[in-house]
Amino acid sequence: ILRPCARASPAGLRAYHGDSVASLGTQPDVGSALYQENYEQMKALVNQLHERVEHIKLGGGEKARALHISRGKLLPRERIDNLIDPGSPFLELSQFAGYQLYDNEEVPGGGIITGIGRVSGVECMIIANDATVKGGTYYPVTVKKQLRAQEIAMQNRLPCIYLADSGGAYLPRQADVFADRDHFGRLFYNQAIMSSKNIAQIAVVMGSCTAGGAYVPAMADENIIVRKQGTIFLGGPPLVKAATGEEVSAEDLGGADLHCRKSGVGDHYALDDHHALHLTRKVVRNLNYQKKLDVTIEPSEEPLFPADELYGIVGANLKRNFDVREVIARIVDGSRFTEFKAFYGDTLVTGFARIFGYPVGIIGNNGVLFSESAKKGTHFIQVCCQRNIPLLFLQNVTGFMVGREYEAEGITKDGAKMVTAVACAQVPKITLIIGGSYGAGNYGMCGRAYSPRFLYIWPNARISVMGGEQAANVLATIAKDQRAREGKQFSSADEAALKEPIIKKFEEEGNPYYSSARVWDDGIIDPADTRLVLGLSFSAALNAPIEKTDFGIFRM
Amino acid sequence: RTMKYTTTTGRNITKVLIANRGEIACRVMRTARKLGVQSVAVYSEADRNSMHVDMADEAYSIGPAPSQQSYLSMEKIIQVAKTSAAQAIHPGYGFLSENMEFAELCKQEGIIFIGPPPSAIRDMGIKSTSKSIMAAAGVPVVEGYHGEDQSDQCLKEHAGRIGYPVMIKAVRGGGGKGMRIVRSEQEFQEQLESARREAKKSFNDDAVLIEKFVDTPRHVEVQVFGDHHGNAVYLFERDCSVQRRHQKIIEEAPAPGIKPEVRKKLGEAAVRAAKAVNYVGAGTVEFIMDSKHNFYFMEMNTRLQVEHPVTEMITGTDLVEWQLRIAAGEKIPLSQEEITLQGHAFEARIYAEDPSNNFMPGAGPLVHLSTPRADPSTRIETGVRQGDEVSVHYDPMIAKLVVWAADRQAALTKLRYSLRQYNIVGLHTNIDFLLNLSGHPEFEAGNVHTDFIPQHHKELLLSRKAAAKESLCQAALGLILKEKAMTDAFTLQAHDQFSPFSSSSGRRLNISYTRNMTLKDGKNNVAIAVTYNHDGSYSMQIEDKTFQVLGDLYSEEDCTYLKCSVNGVASKAKLIILENTIYLFSKEGSIEIDIPVPKYLSSVSSEGTQGGPLAPMTGTIEKVFVKAGDKVKAGDSLMVMIAMKMEHTIKAPKDGTIKKVFYREGTQANRHTPLVEFEEEESDKRESE
Repeated sequence: ILRPCARASPAGLRAYHGDSVASLGTQPDVGSALYQENYEQMKALVNQLHERVEHIKLGGGEKARALHISRGKLLPRERIDNLIDPGSPFLELSQFAGYQLYDNEEVPGGGIITGIGRVSGVECMIIANDATVKGGTYYPVTVKKQLRAQEIAMQNRLPCIYLADSGGAYLPRQADVFADRDHFGRLFYNQAIMSSKNIAQIAVVMGSCTAGGAYVPAMADENIIVRKQGTIFLGGPPLVKAATGEEVSAEDLGGADLHCRKSGVGDHYALDDHHALHLTRKVVRNLNYQKKLDVTIEPSEEPLFPADELYGIVGANLKRNFDVREVIARIVDGSRFTEFKAFYGDTLVTGFARIFGYPVGIIGNNGVLFSESAKKGTHFIQVCCQRNIPLLFLQNVTGFMVGREYEAEGITKDGAKMVTAVACAQVPKITLIIGGSYGAGNYGMCGRAYSPRFLYIWPNARISVMGGEQAANVLATIAKDQRAREGKQFSSADEAALKEPIIKKFEEEGNPYYSSARVWDDGIIDPADTRLVLGLSFSAALNAPIEKTDFGIFRM
Repeated sequence: RTMKYTTTTGRNITKVLIANRGEIACRVMRTARKLGVQSVAVYSEADRNSMHVDMADEAYSIGPAPSQQSYLSMEKIIQVAKTSAAQAIHPGYGFLSENMEFAELCKQEGIIFIGPPPSAIRDMGIKSTSKSIMAAAGVPVVEGYHGEDQSDQCLKEHAGRIGYPVMIKAVRGGGGKGMRIVRSEQEFQEQLESARREAKKSFNDDAVLIEKFVDTPRHVEVQVFGDHHGNAVYLFERDCSVQRRHQKIIEEAPAPGIKPEVRKKLGEAAVRAAKAVNYVGAGTVEFIMDSKHNFYFMEMNTRLQVEHPVTEMITGTDLVEWQLRIAAGEKIPLSQEEITLQGHAFEARIYAEDPSNNFMPGAGPLVHLSTPRADPSTRIETGVRQGDEVSVHYDPMIAKLVVWAADRQAALTKLRYSLRQYNIVGLHTNIDFLLNLSGHPEFEAGNVHTDFIPQHHKELLLSRKAAAKESLCQAALGLILKEKAMTDAFTLQAHDQFSPFSSSSGRRLNISYTRNMTLKDGKNNVAIAVTYNHDGSYSMQIEDKTFQVLGDLYSEEDCTYLKCSVNGVASKAKLIILENTIYLFSKEGSIEIDIPVPKYLSSVSSEGTQGGPLAPMTGTIEKVFVKAGDKVKAGDSLMVMIAMKMEHTIKAPKDGTIKKVFYREGTQANRHTPLVEFEEEESDKRESE
């Protein structure tokens, strides 16, 4: 708000008076019953979201925190706060990893905090173990969350900073943690690969790094170890005693003094957590890293409409339609949107805008996908790839249109074109699910399988192969037909009994929390924060040079 | 228009060399400029970029920083006068101003020395001589010994005869240098030696005199002027009683509580004194005055005094102009009857010094300096600008703040108001002390005497009060906004200017961000929990109170201001953040809040109690009393150090055995370096574990 407006950059020279076009979006009737109902419903979902994250923020509970602090250690979130540039934002990822995933075992945040923050002016992936949650041990979901963070770092070329404080793999679940490709070992594999690609790997040993965990600092390009807190060893004192009978303290076995003076495993010796983070900031400064943008930028401008109007426009009822342009108007710079092919295939809205000055090609759903919509989307993706314009997908899609007419028209091959284009596009892609995400619509609109750089979801959204009622209807129809073949009756009571658990199951599994708990997305976000989250994400994504796109065969 | 003055020998002064530096050099140049007289500056290497060099029409380098090799080098200065064709030399105060040899040399070289004839300097410079001359002229004097016999025994006997307490003074002394009060016979020897050392150092002459020490006297001095035509006038008195380390810090004119009859008596005695030595030019006759307003001649200073502006303010004169005119042979511009007294003036001397540490002189950069606005009744006499350095080589005075008003009370109010606007960051100053002093009820009542500061020490050095929570919020906000400004500056030079990562919004996903800050108010750490709100404001919690804080920084005339609102109460303050301290200056006063230095950055303890003592400032080790292996007790003298022209005795901070002495006599020690090392004691070892 206090930002001086005299910041017009040379980029501003790109504007001509012809550009002063009408902006997007309309003033909603905030007094209407519909708006108010929508608003309240969404607000309730957002409040629930905030409450749940506030709880997750506390980590492993009061006792564990008190113990952690009593050892002179900073809590993991404090470590991050002190690591990143003072007052700068932190884009946390996968907050709900592990949420209600292990029945009665609560693993807040999956026992690890990941996210992107600026350190000494460089956007870095920060991966911090939370030792207050089960001693920072790795549950299967912990591994998955860290692998996702590494994937993001790799795709966007973000230096990685590991704030290591972990007891290693969670032994009771070792079978789901150890052996497979995307298990524990993959973390170190990724470190090696990223290092080979000149993506800096920095480890800060602020607690235990035992067994496999010892490779986190050992495989880092540069590491820091905290005196009398950090330890690195392949086998801890109990294991050593069991194996050889040798009795040795953790500090003597693998403390900072040993590693910085003798073994050479450690690079920088820190007196305490604060010192370690200070040294880390210096290490980042010495990366000699400079972010170079492959896109033009323009001065950023707030949208014309308040972000919280999204609550009243979208609401929580997926059956209610809203114009995706109203969403775009509350996300993009100055609510300015240059629409592409506005009158063709209008269930898909495509066009150009800027978010925090970065150019973005937006593809948003305004209903079911038809052949025209799919062809238009394909065309637009090609255009954006040609021009190095990052893509934003706003998903609210029930799927592609079905029916004889449409099949005959070749909707499958048109849908395939769009899916091909989405899959091959090398520009940064970010997906935001703002409503339903069903079936092939999920594919065409860059679902998780299409490797968007980031994928976020609103708390009102649902994601499943099809809607619960739809699925129930399909199954009910099949059951009815089967009964009919067997000459049996299928009463409406039978139908209701069949449908109810299906609807319930879909409702549960389609819920954003279900998705987020399994790291199917990168986080549930408050619609009012959308612009900021997207801006941070595009900023992070633009650390990687934009590769040239080669499209596969488009079935004509 | 160039005014020309004809000397008795028919010479004009169209160019004057100022053989001085700092504020007095600038002061003289201002008048010279006003009169159309060209000015020539001389400067040492340390002063290459000083204000007086910039102000002068011409400037000449005269050697390295130490005064002995520059400002005290007569030959070099005479040479510059010849090279630049200056007809006259103004010596300012200090340095060569009361040096008879120099006055003589000028005369030989045909250069006008702006000051009295050499004979008057000589007569008045040797205190024993001056007293006998004065006694003969009927000016009251105090009892003392001014003899040639300088043996310890003789001096001690005279001290006993006069009766303790006595004062030992350097015969050639001035400005408190080489002056010691001795309260008992036991102290005599040590004080005598100390006085001699300082006298030798300062005046290259260690002869001393002994005088009766008048308890709680006032220091009252009279400004006089004489001309080549045998005239002499007085311009009333100044009261300079309030002193620390025997140096004045606040002066006023006229002296408070003096009846007109006494004023007249003082003036006439001073004129008699001037006439007794055929005085020419500006001079000051110093008296001590007891509580019954009896006064005794102390000494005559044959120069323009530091505090001359207060006299100018109450008489409406320009004394430097008078000096120039008289030096050129003119008569005194006004007759005694024409000189009238109007209103009241104060001068506060702003020093780089630490009042809480026995007024230890300081040195260093004036990182920030802003002054009240000058106007006809507010003068800022200074020789430094923001960014300049107070050098260890010279006097640590930064400026003189001079105010005038119709009466004493009004002038005092104005003084305090102006002092509050004198903001300096970078080194310790006595500004807060001057504020306490000028606000003290006894000072306000005019009950001043030379023991004023020791007597009221406690009230004057008020232990600082805990800062108000609102002030802490302001400091925290200042710090946060400054960080933000730094981030913005970094961002502007980056290619990626608009990234929200550079927003300093403290945003977190789905949770609020509360930053735990710690600030240091004096010795107390204060925890402040700062929550970053989405609207750009902050909620700050200190103990159980929460404040809604928002604000902005803006710049005005090179200063950064913090405009801020704490729970709806708006305020504006000048903000300076230097290293680990936040300074806020507002009309309400100044606040200084420290940012605790992380442990890893403060491995060296500044307290100096752990190991050996640290050098309090940069200086030369004059004497070393201990050697390795010596056992000392806390408080024992270890070394004597000379810094800022003052002696500092370095004492043992604790009992122990000396392990190593780091400096030999005559070597230079830098500020905060250890001077001696103690053997590690068992208790230390345990502590350092």
